Amino acid sequence: MELKDKLLASFMAFESSVDIDSNVHDLRVEAIKKFEDDGFPTKKLEAWKYTSLYSVLKHDYSVFPKGEPRLEYADIKQYFIHDIDSYKIVFVDGKYSSYLSQTTHDGIDVCLMSAALNKPKYRMVIDKYFNKAARNEGLSALNTAFSQEGAYIHIPKNKVVEKPIQILHFATGTETGLMLQPRNLIIVDENSHLEIIERHQSLTDNPVLTNCVTEIFTNKRAIIDYYKVQNDKQTASLIDNTYINQKQESVASVHTFSFGGKLTRNNLNFYQNGQRINSNLKGVTIIGEKQHVDHNTLVHHIEPNCESHQDYKSIIGDSAIGVFNGKIVVEKEAQKTNAFQANNNLLVSDKATMNTKPQLEIFADDVKCSHGCTIGQLDESAMFYLQSRGIPKKEARALLMYAFSNDILSSVKIPEVKQRITKLIAQKLNVNLGFDL
Amino acid sequence: MLHIQNLHASIDGKGILKGINLNVKPGEVHAIMGPNGSGKSTLASVIAGKDEFEVTKGEMLFENEDIQELDPEERAHKGIFLSFQYPVEIPGVSVTNFIKTAINETRKSKGLGDMPANEMLKMIKEKAEMLEIDRKFLSRSLNEGFSGGEKKRNEIFQLAMLEPKLAILDETDSGLDIDALRIVASGVNKLKSKDNAVIVITHYQRLLDYIVPDFVHVLHDGKIVKSGDKNLAKELEAKGYDWIKDEATV
Ligand SMILES: Nc1ncnc2c1ncn2[C@@H]1O[C@H](COP(=O)(O)OP(=O)(O)OP(=O)(O)O)[C@@H](O)[C@H]1O
Ligand SMILES: [Mg+2]
Repeated sequence: MELKDKLLASFMAFESSVDIDSNVHDLRVEAIKKFEDDGFPTKKLEAWKYTSLYSVLKHDYSVFPKGEPRLEYADIKQYFIHDIDSYKIVFVDGKYSSYLSQTTHDGIDVCLMSAALNKPKYRMVIDKYFNKAARNEGLSALNTAFSQEGAYIHIPKNKVVEKPIQILHFATGTETGLMLQPRNLIIVDENSHLEIIERHQSLTDNPVLTNCVTEIFTNKRAIIDYYKVQNDKQTASLIDNTYINQKQESVASVHTFSFGGKLTRNNLNFYQNGQRINSNLKGVTIIGEKQHVDHNTLVHHIEPNCESHQDYKSIIGDSAIGVFNGKIVVEKEAQKTNAFQANNNLLVSDKATMNTKPQLEIFADDVKCSHGCTIGQLDESAMFYLQSRGIPKKEARALLMYAFSNDILSSVKIPEVKQRITKLIAQKLNVNLGFDL
Repeated sequence: MLHIQNLHASIDGKGILKGINLNVKPGEVHAIMGPNGSGKSTLASVIAGKDEFEVTKGEMLFENEDIQELDPEERAHKGIFLSFQYPVEIPGVSVTNFIKTAINETRKSKGLGDMPANEMLKMIKEKAEMLEIDRKFLSRSLNEGFSGGEKKRNEIFQLAMLEPKLAILDETDSGLDIDALRIVASGVNKLKSKDNAVIVITHYQRLLDYIVPDFVHVLHDGKIVKSGDKNLAKELEAKGYDWIKDEATV
């Protein structure tokens, strides 16, 4: 059976496991209809021109994992940033693991989507925020239809959460193929500050497909720093849909580090609903073999005096394919917008491909928008310079690639995250340069 | 130390070096002069191993070993150093990290472990002081936004750190102010010994007042057309190149 039919067929079974008399369920029903109409996106859609899901969808995925896998912390420790004090929300095959998690009741809500969707005390918040930022289309609709589990984080106003929250989704080997659809909702109220580190990690060699939706709401003057560490196995694919709804004077920053995975598609959407908002989108992509990473970004400037900064760098080797599709919309009312976009790419093999496409739709007249993209090779004269000082070719290449991605790391605020990313880059480039950036 | 015989090199099929002969012995200083475009930087690059240039003919030995097949880094490990006429900017890598990497990779090639951090720091401090380089400067990205003179001084700092056997200075004097020239030249002189050698490429006598050459060669159209002692450089300063070009074509 095709995956689409399988999903449609299993919706009824899914309904028997959730409360169907809720507002949320009305949304699910609406969403499954939408998915039935839309289906999976194909290359015919402009936004999917360079990314085909065909090779990912052809596997037979179990959409409701049955097993009760038991993981020990020691087995998965390496996937955490473990040298910092943090809260941890851990899911294994889509189910919450209280054994591996470390949450808090210290004045902030760090809990489960399933609880938030079902318990009356959360109803008002859910009605106000759930599915209000996500778009009801294609893969996001599919996720909404099956939304049940994920992280639910609500930071009340005037609270600086001093420890970062790590959200980890593990997939294990008990199924032949596994499809996961986590659903996260994060609300940061006035003047509050939150840091999140997120990772999807497969522990099996069987195919895993994750279709994740994360909705983030930053209220007045709130700050969120979100780090996505994508270093999954080459049998795992990820479609990551993130929707960020910002209110006035809030600052939201998302760093996406894409090193692993077979196919990764990042749909990252910012909506600026207020003045003096700042949105930051940063990314480092280093891929090889036959990996495919597609960054599809949207920044929607709706009100005046806001800023957005996008800076994505990629290093593409072997026969890997990179895509950057960055859309900036500046509405007529959004005067004095300052929107910056840069996408710089290094192709380090003859067979590597990069598709980059900025899309600017500007309806206001008093704005500053700049965008630039480059696709280049390693600079020969720089290589000769380094080699002539005794630095071997391989290390010289790595050093230049390091240097190339360096400025993106400078905006990472958690030193341990920066260190880990530096290490992952070194690993990915297969070198050991005896220093940190 | 360096023995070059009838060396021909070309780029994209265009001949640039057309039969160079040059012998450099330990302890010697050679100056190479010659008009713009005569092939001085090309000769330096070919010795350092830039593979853009194709050596079509001739012999190049360093310490009696044929180095033509060696990569630039292998030549560096053997003790050849080129101070670039136009040092390359490497954003994102600090001067300190760069020099540490260069030193430790050179040590690695000799089967040695990394230089202990305190030893490295001491050496960096010493050499920076010798060349009157501000410490703050060392944490900046390599050559990025450096002034012309700063770049050159930084090249000599690297030279001092790496202590090569053969140093080739390609127009190190251009871009240096009078004080910097004196500092850099005295740095080079301090590093000189009976065991190492220097090739100085320059257009001006000024540098040769400080770094006094044993031999002066004039390169013209890919060939050394005249060699002499330090007085040749003075004669060139006074008379220009035309008389040599005329001599060469006769
Ligand atoms: N990469 C290259 N491609 C094509 N021609 C080159 C290249 N590099 C050098 N040449 C040519 O080779 C000739 C010698 O150049 P070179 O840089 O060696 O001269 P030079 O003697 O160092 O001159 P200057 O005094 O101006 O530094 C010049 O005609 C130059 O245009
Ligand atoms: Mg030159």
